[in-house]
Amino acid sequence: MAYLELRGVSKSYVRAARSPSQTNGKLPVLRDVNLRIDENEFVCVVGRSGSGKTTLISLIAGLVEPDRGEILLEGKPIDGPSPDRGVVFQNYSLLPWMTVFENVYLAVDAVGPHLAEAEKRERTEHYIRLVNLGAAMKKVPRELSGGMRQRVAVARGLAMDPKVLLLDEPFSALDALTRGTLQEELARIWMETRKTVVMITNDIDEAILLADSIYTLAPGSDTTLGPAVRVDTPHPRSRAQLGGAPGYQRVRRETVSLLVTAGKDHAGYGTPAKGGIALN
Amino acid sequence: MEKRFDSAALILPMFGLGLVLVIWTAISFKVAPDLPSPWRTWQESQQYILDPFFKDGEMNQGILRFSFLSLIRVAKGFLLAIAIGTPLGFLLGLSTNFNRAFDPVIQVLRPISPLAWLPLGLVIFKQSEPAALFTIALCAMWPTVINTAMGVRSISTEYLNVGRVLKLSPMKKLRKIMIPATLPYMFTGYRLSLGMAWLVIVAAEMLTGSPGLGGFLWQEYNSLVYSHILLSVVTIGLIGFGLDRLMSVIERRFKTA
Repeated sequence: MAYLELRGVSKSYVRAARSPSQTNGKLPVLRDVNLRIDENEFVCVVGRSGSGKTTLISLIAGLVEPDRGEILLEGKPIDGPSPDRGVVFQNYSLLPWMTVFENVYLAVDAVGPHLAEAEKRERTEHYIRLVNLGAAMKKVPRELSGGMRQRVAVARGLAMDPKVLLLDEPFSALDALTRGTLQEELARIWMETRKTVVMITNDIDEAILLADSIYTLAPGSDTTLGPAVRVDTPHPRSRAQLGGAPGYQRVRRETVSLLVTAGKDHAGYGTPAKGGIALN
Repeated sequence: MEKRFDSAALILPMFGLGLVLVIWTAISFKVAPDLPSPWRTWQESQQYILDPFFKDGEMNQGILRFSFLSLIRVAKGFLLAIAIGTPLGFLLGLSTNFNRAFDPVIQVLRPISPLAWLPLGLVIFKQSEPAALFTIALCAMWPTVINTAMGVRSISTEYLNVGRVLKLSPMKKLRKIMIPATLPYMFTGYRLSLGMAWLVIVAAEMLTGSPGLGGFLWQEYNSLVYSHILLSVVTIGLIGFGLDRLMSVIERRFKTA
């Protein structure tokens, strides 16, 4: 039995009429998405912007309801948002009036309200140290760089002690160097915690570095997931070692070709993949 | 360059003040002989300014004593206004139905002048002091109500989603997310409400004859000591300006990134 499973999930948004002569239309985003994820698996979903990636993560998080289909965690349908599906949002979503400590503490307190105060503080500090921010506990988000803010968001996500950690393009707003560092740290943290992770990204190399399985999401509206591409290189992987690994070029080619061909079936898609997906 | 700018920043306000004094003097000599000139106003008022804390009966006190009495009254009315206005604003912002039910009522009550509320207050409370507070609170409340409601409506869904994922209890969501996110709006409302309360105080004191800047102003009009009207007017303006500065300093403190 799959740990996390999506069965025939579809989602459309209501498109508001632009003029009185039009009626409200439906904008289909995802159609018939099926996904099975095993416990402790690291899954990446790769897609260009506008391909419904954030909708997919919001569906799993329970922040939006699917029109059709169901989402099961440990065989039980999910019921709205819950800390057992901890989310690391794309825009960090830290509460600006709270310090780093307080932001993470809020999550610790939410999932373990019965714990002793000292225990809660200790857990909070543990997660902050895990993302190497021990020195910034008393700072507020405004005083932190983008990379540091995202670390806090990751610490908060882990502090929910989720069954599945959902990451929505966590590093897309960061510069390349910071992104590289954080990817390696995420790989290390995952090795330590072995959480089940679903990560959305637009960076194929990031997906290959981190994931056990990569799924592609074709661009355009009304899209669905492509077949899984397995990455068999054992963890921990390093960027340097990946480039020369025999499977690397094959995985990369397969993923890129899935992204490109999958899109050709859809109207409004005419240019080869570029922009969000680095091809060189 | 910078030096010249600085001196301009000092000279221009002085110029503006000077021009007003010239126009005032001109009017008092040419147009309205009953209006005391700035110099006569100073001569007849200096006792009140130079000995600001003297007390010679209820309606004859130093200017700071009167100011203090008015400020206390405003403080009470203002606190009443925000104590009622803040929760009301929250309800309006949180519930579409509550907003639909009460927004029309508020829009009708909002433009009613303090001069209209005060007689009603006297009818209800039979005493001038509670009637004055009632009037101040009722007039000063609306900026707080409207700004708080707007603040609640514009809480970012990002923050609310954090609360949803963590499954925070309603009380915790209110304390940890909604109130802090709304604070900057609330304080804008408080600043505007305080300004409104200060506007209303004069009308309230004039009509009730309570000791304070407004009461003094009205009494001196009836006693034909017109220079003291001007003394009160200038004091009211200065204190109002000071209150607004003070509140905007506090307001800026609550602006979060």
